[in-house]
Amino acid sequence: MWELVRANQRRAAILVVVMAALLFVLGYALGETLAPGGGLGGLLIAFLVWIGLTLVSYFQGDAIFLSLAGARRIEKKDHPVLFDVVEEMTIAGGLPRVPDVYIIDQAAPNAFATGRDAQHAAVAVTAGLLETLDRDELQGVIAHELGHVANRDVLYMLMVGVMMGTIVLLADVGARVFFYGGGRRRTSSRSGGQAQVVILVVAIVLMILAPIVAQLIYLAISRRREYLADASSALYTRYPEGLARALEKISHSTAKLTTATRATAPMYIVNPLGVSARGLADLTSTHPPISERIRILRSMGAGAGLRSYDEAFRKVTGRPVGVVPFGAMAAAEHAPAAAPAAPDATTRLERVRQTTDMLWKLNQFVFIPCACGTTLKVPPVYLGREIACPHCGSVHKVQQPAA
Amino acid sequence: MIFGLFVLIVIVVVALGAMGMYNTLVRSRNEVKNSWGQIDVQLKRRHDLIPNLVETVKGYMAHERNTLEAVTKARQQAIQVTGDVAERAKAENALSQTLRSLFAVAEAYPDLKANQNFLALQEELTSTENKISFARQYYNDAVLRLNNRIQMFPSNVLANMFNFQMEKFFEVEAAEERQAPQVKF
Repeated sequence: MWELVRANQRRAAILVVVMAALLFVLGYALGETLAPGGGLGGLLIAFLVWIGLTLVSYFQGDAIFLSLAGARRIEKKDHPVLFDVVEEMTIAGGLPRVPDVYIIDQAAPNAFATGRDAQHAAVAVTAGLLETLDRDELQGVIAHELGHVANRDVLYMLMVGVMMGTIVLLADVGARVFFYGGGRRRTSSRSGGQAQVVILVVAIVLMILAPIVAQLIYLAISRRREYLADASSALYTRYPEGLARALEKISHSTAKLTTATRATAPMYIVNPLGVSARGLADLTSTHPPISERIRILRSMGAGAGLRSYDEAFRKVTGRPVGVVPFGAMAAAEHAPAAAPAAPDATTRLERVRQTTDMLWKLNQFVFIPCACGTTLKVPPVYLGREIACPHCGSVHKVQQPAA
Repeated sequence: MIFGLFVLIVIVVVALGAMGMYNTLVRSRNEVKNSWGQIDVQLKRRHDLIPNLVETVKGYMAHERNTLEAVTKARQQAIQVTGDVAERAKAENALSQTLRSLFAVAEAYPDLKANQNFLALQEELTSTENKISFARQYYNDAVLRLNNRIQMFPSNVLANMFNFQMEKFFEVEAAEERQAPQVKF
C-alpha cells in the first residue's frame, strides 16, 4: 500500500509548496503595499503566522478537532462490534496501530478520521451511524476512514486547511488596510514611481485571486482524497457494495450534524452541512457528489482493487485521467471482490438499543437487572435512592456500579 | 569531454535507479515478513481461545465428544506445525473446518446458546476469524507484490543478484472456506 501513500504524499507535497509560495508572495506584496520596502517584513509576518498555526495544528489539531466535533473516547467494552470492525480494518489496511475510537452523540450518520500520522490516529463515528448501518456497511465506512489515515490525508488536510486559512486571513487584513488606511501613505510617497504602481496592481490582483486559488487547491485535494479513500475502502474490505450501501443510507438521512462547521466539514465521510450548504456549483464542493461515488463503487464489477476502482472511475465520470496515482497503479494487484465473511443478523432495533445503552453507560446511568427480566436503566441522579421496578414492583437500591 | 560527461550522467542515473529498485525489493520483503507476523498473532489468539471454548461447551454437549475431540486435535496439530507457510495454512484451515462444525452442532443446544460466556467467546472467535482472513488478504497481496518484482524486468536482475526468494501464498483450499463460521441464532 505504500506506493499509494508515497505517490499521494508527493502530489500533496507539490500542492503544499504551491500554496506556501502563494502565501509568501501574498505576504510580500502586502508588505510592499503598506509601506514601500516593507515587503520582507510582510513576508516574515506571513511566515511566522503560518509556522505558528502549523505547529499548533500538527501537535494539537486532532484534539481540537475531536473536541469541536463533541467526540468522546470509548473503550472496547462500550461497543465491542465497533472495536472489532476497527481492529479488522486496521489489519486489512496494514496500519501499525489500532486508532483510538471516539463516539459523537448525534443522530446524523457520519464519521471522520484525524491525527497526524498512523501512530497518532483517531476515528470518530456518530451514534446515528452505528444505529443506521449493519456490520458490512460500517466496515466500509471505517475502511474509508482508515484509508484517509493510511494515505496520510489527515495530516495534509490539516496543513492545507491551515494554510488556506492564513491566506484568507492575510488577504482580508490587506483589503481592510488598503481600503481604509493605506491610501494616505501611498500618495505621500513620491519617490516610488512606476515600480510602485506595478507592485500595487499586483498586490490588488493577488489579494483578490489568492483566496480563490487557495480554495480551489484545497477543494481539489479534498475531493480527490475522498475518491482515493473510497478506493482504499474497497481494497481493504474486498466488498465495495458495503460502502456503496452505507453512502446510500447516509445520504438518505435527513438528520443534521449540529457540531460540524465549515472548517471541519471536509474531514467527514459525507459533507455534514447538507445540500443547502453546497448549493453552488460542483467546483466549490469539498466532497464529490454521493451519487457519483456510489455509481463508481457499483461499477467495479468483480474486482475490488485500486485498478478496478480507477477503471470504474473513468467509466462513470468520463474523465480520461483516473484518481489512483500512476506509481500505485503499477504495483496494484488484481484483487477479486469477495462476499462478506459473516452476514450481519442484527436488526436496526437491536443496534439502536446497543448504541443508546452505550451512550447511557457513558453518561453514568446505572443498569439494574431485575429478577422479572426487566433491566432498569437509571440516571445518576437517583444514586443512593430506592426505586421500584415498573413491571413487578420489587424495590432496588441504586448503587454506583462496581466497575 | 562531453562524451565523458554523458557517460557519467548515464552511470549516475542507472545507479540511482538500481538503488531505488533495491530498496523497493527490501521493503516488499519486509512487508511480507511483517504481515506474516500479523497472521501469526491472530492464529495464536485463536489457539488460546479454543481451550476456553471447549471447556465452556463440554458440559452442554456431552453427546458430541467426537466434534470436541476433533477441535482439540486440530488445534494441537496446528500448534505443532512450524515453518512452511503452506503446511501451516493446511493445518489452520483444518482447524477452521472443525470449529465451523462445532458451531453448527451448537445450534441444537438452546441452553448453550443462552450461555453468556459462550456468546462472548463466539463473538471473539468470529472476529478473530475475520482478522485472520484480513491479515491473510494483506499478506497475500504483499507476497504477490514481492513475487511480481522478483519476476518482472528490470527488478528481476537485482533480485537475482541479491538472491531475493519468492514467498508462498497463504491459500484457502476451497472458495467456501473464505467464510468465517456462520452461526445464526
